[in-house]
Amino acid sequence: MVYINVFIIIFLIICALAIGKIKDLIGAVVLFSAYSLVMSILWLLLNSPDVAITEAAIGAGVTSILFFAVISKTKRYEK
Amino acid sequence: MKNVIANILFIVLFIILVIAIFEMPTSPSTNAPAYNDVVDYYVEEGADETNASNLIAGILADYRGFDTLGENIVLFTSVVAVGSVLRSTKYDKEVKDNE
Amino acid sequence: MNDIIIKNITRIIIPFAQMYGIFIILNGHISPGGGFAGGAIIGTTLILYTLVFGREKGKKKFSHKMSEISESGGIMLFVIIGMIGMITAGAFLSNLSGGFPQGQLGEILSGGFIPILMIGIGIKVTSTMISLFNLLIDEEKL
Repeated sequence: MVYINVFIIIFLIICALAIGKIKDLIGAVVLFSAYSLVMSILWLLLNSPDVAITEAAIGAGVTSILFFAVISKTKRYEK
Repeated sequence: MKNVIANILFIVLFIILVIAIFEMPTSPSTNAPAYNDVVDYYVEEGADETNASNLIAGILADYRGFDTLGENIVLFTSVVAVGSVLRSTKYDKEVKDNE
Repeated sequence: MNDIIIKNITRIIIPFAQMYGIFIILNGHISPGGGFAGGAIIGTTLILYTLVFGREKGKKKFSHKMSEISESGGIMLFVIIGMIGMITAGAFLSNLSGGFPQGQLGEILSGGFIPILMIGIGIKVTSTMISLFNLLIDEEKL
């Protein structure tokens, strides 16, 4: 179980660094969605299913939809 | 010059945070700062006082009802703020004209 | 979006997803979940409907007027329930001491006002999600 936790946390750190570095904003939103999904698995492993359900619904679902709606109004690539 | 100062500050902050990690309680123990009388009280009396078998719902809606109300008001304020900035009167007028 | 596959799959998926969201809201006090998560799920299905069938049909399902009503109705339900406890027991949001029916522990009718508050939070979060999305995509192009 410890190895799964370590793997998940390393994945989260890599995702977070990649979100900061990437120039394509849609790619950043997809990475953020993956981050939230893996984060919800981590919450589930930490015995808090309430937070896991909320994180999966809001972090991976609604937040990325709202970001996509905003990106559709502006430009896709960061300068 | 700016970069050097920023990097030094970043490294100092990183060291402080790493030290803070080692100060954290490693496993769920009774020595953790978050473990106090309130936790015991909720676990022992929560089911009797709120009569909800999901203790988290009992805490969120009953013991911490004011916090949940504040959370809802924050959501309301966010919608009102977005609406007052972005609400397009032009779109509604077009819809009304088409009807 | 004019794709017959997406339209048909959406018609099949949406009732099940909304039923799951209502289940999570109504079982918020006896199983993991609650008003926030269930409301987000129902709001996501409404966003999916708007995305697939277009803004016009989405506006018929969830108009701006309905958004206004449910947006303030969720908080009003919360505050009115709190006021009932204030009248009967003297403190805002007093649950079992305020005379709300206790019910059997573990049944769906238990926990005093907690299920009613969960329904209020669910309505609030649902309308928040769909209203934010509608406001963002309605904005006229500059």
